[in-house]
Amino acid sequence: MTIEISSGITESTRNEMRELAGRYPNPRSALLPMLHVVQSAQDEVSAEGIAACAEILEITQAEVTAVATFYTMYKFSPVGKHHIGVCINTMCGLLGGDAVYEKVAERLGATHNGPSADGNFWLERIECQAACTHAPVMTVDWEFMDDVTPESAVGVIDALAAGEEVWSTRGPKIRDFQATEHTLGMASDELATEGNCVDAKMLAGLMAAKGSNNS
Amino acid sequence: MKLTPVITEFWDDPSLYTLDGYRSHGGYQALAKALKDTPDNLISTVKDSGLRGRGGAGFPTGLKWSFVPQNDGKPHYLVVNADESEPGACKDIPIMMANPHALVEGVIITSFAIRANHAFIYIRGEVPEAIRKVAYAVKQAREAGLIGTNILGSGFDLEVTVHAGAGAYICGEETALLDSLEGYRGQPRLKPPFPAVAGLYASPTVINNVETIANIPYIIDRGVDWFRQFGTEKSPGFKVFAVSGHVKRPGIYEAPLGITMRELLDYAGGMRDGSEVKFWIPGGSSVPMLTAEHLDLPLTYEAMAEAGTMLGTGTPMVFDQTVSVVKAVTRWLEFYKHESCGKCTPCREGTYWITGVLEKFEHGHGTETEMDTLNTLCGQIAGRSFCALGDAAATPYPGAMKYFSDEFKAATHTSADEQFDPIKSYVFSGARV
Ligand SMILES: Cc1cc2nc3c(=O)[nH]c(=O)nc-3n(C[C@H](O)[C@H](O)[C@H](O)COP(=O)(O)O)c2cc1C
Ligand code: SF4
Ligand code: FES
Repeated sequence: MTIEISSGITESTRNEMRELAGRYPNPRSALLPMLHVVQSAQDEVSAEGIAACAEILEITQAEVTAVATFYTMYKFSPVGKHHIGVCINTMCGLLGGDAVYEKVAERLGATHNGPSADGNFWLERIECQAACTHAPVMTVDWEFMDDVTPESAVGVIDALAAGEEVWSTRGPKIRDFQATEHTLGMASDELATEGNCVDAKMLAGLMAAKGSNNS
Repeated sequence: MKLTPVITEFWDDPSLYTLDGYRSHGGYQALAKALKDTPDNLISTVKDSGLRGRGGAGFPTGLKWSFVPQNDGKPHYLVVNADESEPGACKDIPIMMANPHALVEGVIITSFAIRANHAFIYIRGEVPEAIRKVAYAVKQAREAGLIGTNILGSGFDLEVTVHAGAGAYICGEETALLDSLEGYRGQPRLKPPFPAVAGLYASPTVINNVETIANIPYIIDRGVDWFRQFGTEKSPGFKVFAVSGHVKRPGIYEAPLGITMRELLDYAGGMRDGSEVKFWIPGGSSVPMLTAEHLDLPLTYEAMAEAGTMLGTGTPMVFDQTVSVVKAVTRWLEFYKHESCGKCTPCREGTYWITGVLEKFEHGHGTETEMDTLNTLCGQIAGRSFCALGDAAATPYPGAMKYFSDEFKAATHTSADEQFDPIKSYVFSGARV
């Protein structure tokens, strides 16, 4: 399935934002999801997007901006096609994430929280992703790429750059940053049945309990 | 002690995340049973079970529910804390990905018990796979009449909203989470009033961790006696432990509370070849570290407290002799500095200063005087901050000094990377079995 994403804050985007506002007893609760929808439409939190949030929620643009700037997932310049995160918190970083980050930054010609030389990627040193069992962890458009090495991480970037099909290690086929932002904003998509997100590490205890772990 | 897969029992069934898959293993029987009971009885049952919150603090769950005023005419809310961002914690996200219906069934039962008609599941935004699996489970439950109006003919109505955060560790703190869920910057609120009295939209609100809520269907279905046969008097039940680090088989291990770290290590295949435990942390970077001499302590709330640490999230991180304690602690402080919400001065300024001094040590430029400076700084944050993030930030350094002061002394002349070649800690290049 494909998600249609237009370039501006169109009427259909506004309708999604209004739908979100309607999900909560108090519409303002929808602000974070609405900002994700803005990023899904515009690849960043644009001035136009902030204005749309303010108008729909009947609050000031300054109030929207104050919220948007608090949260690290919102970006204020275009992310490009793919967001690349490399976890450098203690577990991942020390188990090799530092080396992964270095190689990926070199490959992309990017620095922390900024675009690649060609503008197609965004690189970020990210904090613990609740996946330390799978350290070192990378994310592509926030989908898990577990147990990476510097080589495998650069391989993923090369494949993405070449437009090849890339799968999350515990999730669906990689789409792009804007598509993930749509998933986050609407808090759903059609991909729940795609890919297998339960891997050997998540089953380690169960297999040990069943006595079938003989290594 | 034997492993006891309960929440994780059927994770090898690839259809478990679907309604049919979950039902084929007895799913939603507990809900049918609960809806025939009364809310007050359900709260009593959970109280009797002794279940303690799995979000880190271990607060008794039934007791928390009982704080919600009844017949007060206000709407009540259930908010599930699925923000899992504590460094080292990695068990709620796997639960939501593999067994989302256990959470959803727990949400419905809990909402009925606390008389809430709207529940929210606040999931950190950085994990779309958990969000889509939970959203799918909610959708299937709604289509089957398990969410919505007059659930299973009981007259009970419930709406469940899945909500994505946007990257902020502090939003795991329960009152910051509420502000975030109301569409504001996620900054903690003053307590009291506690959320049970004035929470979401100033209404009575229960906030529980994912794993806490995922326990509920099993307790209701199988009973208090069954639950209490696991664990200890003060720490009843089982725990989804997530073991990470230099072990042969990092992963999810569900076991009774009271299992030892040594036993968990055994199940995890032991340490990687040629390596031994240097330090480990029972549950998230916010609790003090332990060493090899503590491997035989039972992993319970009480035994960990006696050892000067906490069970926390119950997700042990295990590091071997290749790791620099100075570097590990510095990295954690860089995290707290980054995540400090800025609301109060001790934490906002203190994390900044501690991190700056620690970075000097990491580069081999610390001084003996600055070791005291760090102690003073930590002392000025702990107990003086607006929320527990500040206390957490003041934990790693004193915790490390208790066992590894020599390493900080050495860091007055030799950098962490010179003391410990970082490459030796890496798990690739064939180092992991
Ligand atoms: C900085 C900070 C972050 C926290 N993050 C989480 C979290 O991600 N998930 C969680 O369940 N509890 C977290 N907590 C604890 C919550 O404030 C709260 O105690 C917990 O959600 C209660 O649920 P429980 O009683 O089921 O454990 C955090 C606390 C602090 C101070
Ligand atoms: S302790 Fe830190 S995170 Fe908590 S309120 Fe103060 S500044 Fe914010
Ligand atoms: S430290 Fe990287 S996922 Fe936890």
